[in-house]
Amino acid sequence: MDLLNNYFGIHAQSMQAREQRAELIASNLSNVDTPGYKARDINFEQVFAAQLPKPVDSSSSSLPSLNRLSPALSPSNSQPDASLTNIQYRVPLQPALDGNTVEAHVEQGEFMKNSIRYQTSLEFLNGRINGLINALRGE
Amino acid sequence: MSLFNIFGVAGSGMAAQTIRLNTTASNLANAETVSGSAETTYRTKQPVFEAMMNDMLSQDQGQGVQVSQIVESDAAPVQRYEPAHPLANPEGYIYQANVNTVEEMANMMSASRHYQTNVEVVNTSKQMLLNTLRLGQ
Repeated sequence: MDLLNNYFGIHAQSMQAREQRAELIASNLSNVDTPGYKARDINFEQVFAAQLPKPVDSSSSSLPSLNRLSPALSPSNSQPDASLTNIQYRVPLQPALDGNTVEAHVEQGEFMKNSIRYQTSLEFLNGRINGLINALRGE
Repeated sequence: MSLFNIFGVAGSGMAAQTIRLNTTASNLANAETVSGSAETTYRTKQPVFEAMMNDMLSQDQGQGVQVSQIVESDAAPVQRYEPAHPLANPEGYIYQANVNTVEEMANMMSASRHYQTNVEVVNTSKQMLLNTLRLGQ
């Protein structure tokens, strides 16, 4: 089972973080005219790091990108729900008089980027699954 | 699952913008309405948006938008001296609605753009979900 998890890599965790981010950006976009609303977003790297499974053996290099992401990704972070507390407020480029910090063009761009990266993860997973099926068939 | 919540969030945005379009249409339709007294004159209506409070009070969820109230403008109606008008009061004045048509047109454009944005969000999320369903096929 662990082998299978390693085979699929980090894409499942990445997709979970992308989904959470998509929801936050969608709520920013729907509150674009709400007075006093503050645009929220997550720090993707932090959430992603919190959702990554802790490596059982530090010498195993099954997740090579783990070390490249940031040195703060040590397994000492024992809080599993850290992903839920990583919401931050976006700093607006041009603050509005009514206290709203949503900038529709910024949010649209971020939403689009987020969805493309989600689909990229999907493509990677698809490739892995197809590879696995081919290997099982042995044709 | 977060992607399903997006439909609710974007749907609330579309509903709120529809109400905004509705009040704008009402304002524009009544821009030329006159009456015989300042009290009965049509007044510009504007919706007030507010972020929806989540049931679970968790901060990690998306927040929809709702219309908390519709306020009427307290700007004075335009007073005109037209003694020949059938609605004129004994002093010969009629009162016209205080609708600023240019402002309403800008409101209409903003509402329709943001409605489109929400539709786009729903479409993109639907595509993401469908592609996820087809995973491995």
